[in-house]
Amino acid sequence: MFELADFDEVTVSDVSRFYGRRRALAHISLTCSAGEITGLLGPNGAGKSTLLGLLATLTQSSVGEVRYGDRTTQQAGAALRAQVGFLSHDLQLYPELSARENLEFFAGLYGLDRAAERVVEALVSAGLNDRADDIVEGFSRGMRQRLALERALLHSPRLVLFDEPFTGLDEEACAALVARLRVLRAERRIILLATHDLDAVDGLLDRVVLLRQGRMCELGVGNSLRERYRAAIFAHGGGRQLEKGSSGEVAVESSPGDDPEELR
Amino acid sequence: MTGFLKVAWLVLRKDLRVESRSREMLSTTIFFAVSCVLVFSFGFVRGGRVVDGAVAGILWIAISFSGTLALARAFERERYHNVLGGLMLAPVHRPAIYLGKLLGLLLLLGIVEVVVVAMVAFLFQASLFQHFWRLLAILALGTIGFASVGTLFSAMLVRVKNRAVLLPVLLYPVTIPVLIMGVSGTAALLQPEPNLAMVQLWISLLFFFDTVFLTLALWTFEPVMTE
Repeated sequence: MFELADFDEVTVSDVSRFYGRRRALAHISLTCSAGEITGLLGPNGAGKSTLLGLLATLTQSSVGEVRYGDRTTQQAGAALRAQVGFLSHDLQLYPELSARENLEFFAGLYGLDRAAERVVEALVSAGLNDRADDIVEGFSRGMRQRLALERALLHSPRLVLFDEPFTGLDEEACAALVARLRVLRAERRIILLATHDLDAVDGLLDRVVLLRQGRMCELGVGNSLRERYRAAIFAHGGGRQLEKGSSGEVAVESSPGDDPEELR
Repeated sequence: MTGFLKVAWLVLRKDLRVESRSREMLSTTIFFAVSCVLVFSFGFVRGGRVVDGAVAGILWIAISFSGTLALARAFERERYHNVLGGLMLAPVHRPAIYLGKLLGLLLLLGIVEVVVVAMVAFLFQASLFQHFWRLLAILALGTIGFASVGTLFSAMLVRVKNRAVLLPVLLYPVTIPVLIMGVSGTAALLQPEPNLAMVQLWISLLFFFDTVFLTLALWTFEPVMTE
């Protein structure tokens, strides 16, 4: 058995990630604490998914380190993975299995207590209780998304990483997810979500990290996050890149905004 | 952390469940193996007589070719929707995932071999069942050696675009010793006067090869799958 690797803070210190000669992330530094929701914003290809993959321990940094509490990925190992819930842009579900079988399989891998009970709770939470034994292949994108969300949260992880969690969700499901995120924050989870859907996260984010071309950028000037985002992305040719070691984190109080190309 | 064998069992059970619904790998692999044996039966049986020494080669070609087909699809389900990422994130010994996949493939190849052996025995009038346990040992050990290397390569290539082309290119040079041992052991068994000492030698060599490659595969699976 591995020692439980719980933590209250995730610290990314001057992390860069290269794929061959291409730079996906450059000098990223940020700290995410328990009980906070951090939003990762930026255009397509900005490095949001790479950063989430790195935090999920699925990718390694080329330079710099990520610390979970006082331990690195290598020091915490498999025990750390038990504390990470990751909703990838790919849904990571077996389409040939039913919703229940998918959840039972992952509950088994995580060695969960009361697995059957938790699976039923997750199915109810996903609104799929009456379709529990249907094959996932026959589900709509929104139903799969809801199931994938529950799969990511099935083991009550400390670190919750969501990549485009609102994809395919209808208005009701979006509202339910926002409510769920608030509950997770109240439970002192560390939450990072990458999204283009600023309307859905309006008033939800505690902090925003803006990425562009793998670098952290300052949000622009404006009354709302929407305006500040647009100012950073368009008005200043992609936003002023922060100096190495700057936090790039912005406290959010105003409503987020819109970008006709990137935002829904 | 979930126990090693329990994880292997979970992966195996999941693969069996998926295969029982789609029968995708089983049907294509058996179809290919049967076609292979049928084609050879037209080429190597002349005037009711089988070309000397052909049976062992035909048997192993059918097994290895159909096995390659199965290995190429071994991690397709994990690649689809990137479920592999979900498996890699689970707090389990990653080699247990390899073991589960390997056991599923061995079961599949075992079913294929039952069909192929029966067909070869019938079409080539081969006395395959005279030394049943020895034949079983050669087939089982040869298949384990072939599949243990193949499953690792299949996992390694899961993110590679040209994996269908690369798998045989990587697989055959490494598994040629297993195939030679399998063919030689089976040929020694099928002689009019079976050379049982040679059969025993080939079985021992296969066992040695399996031990080495299974150990190496279990040892290297984690670093190979971690980027």
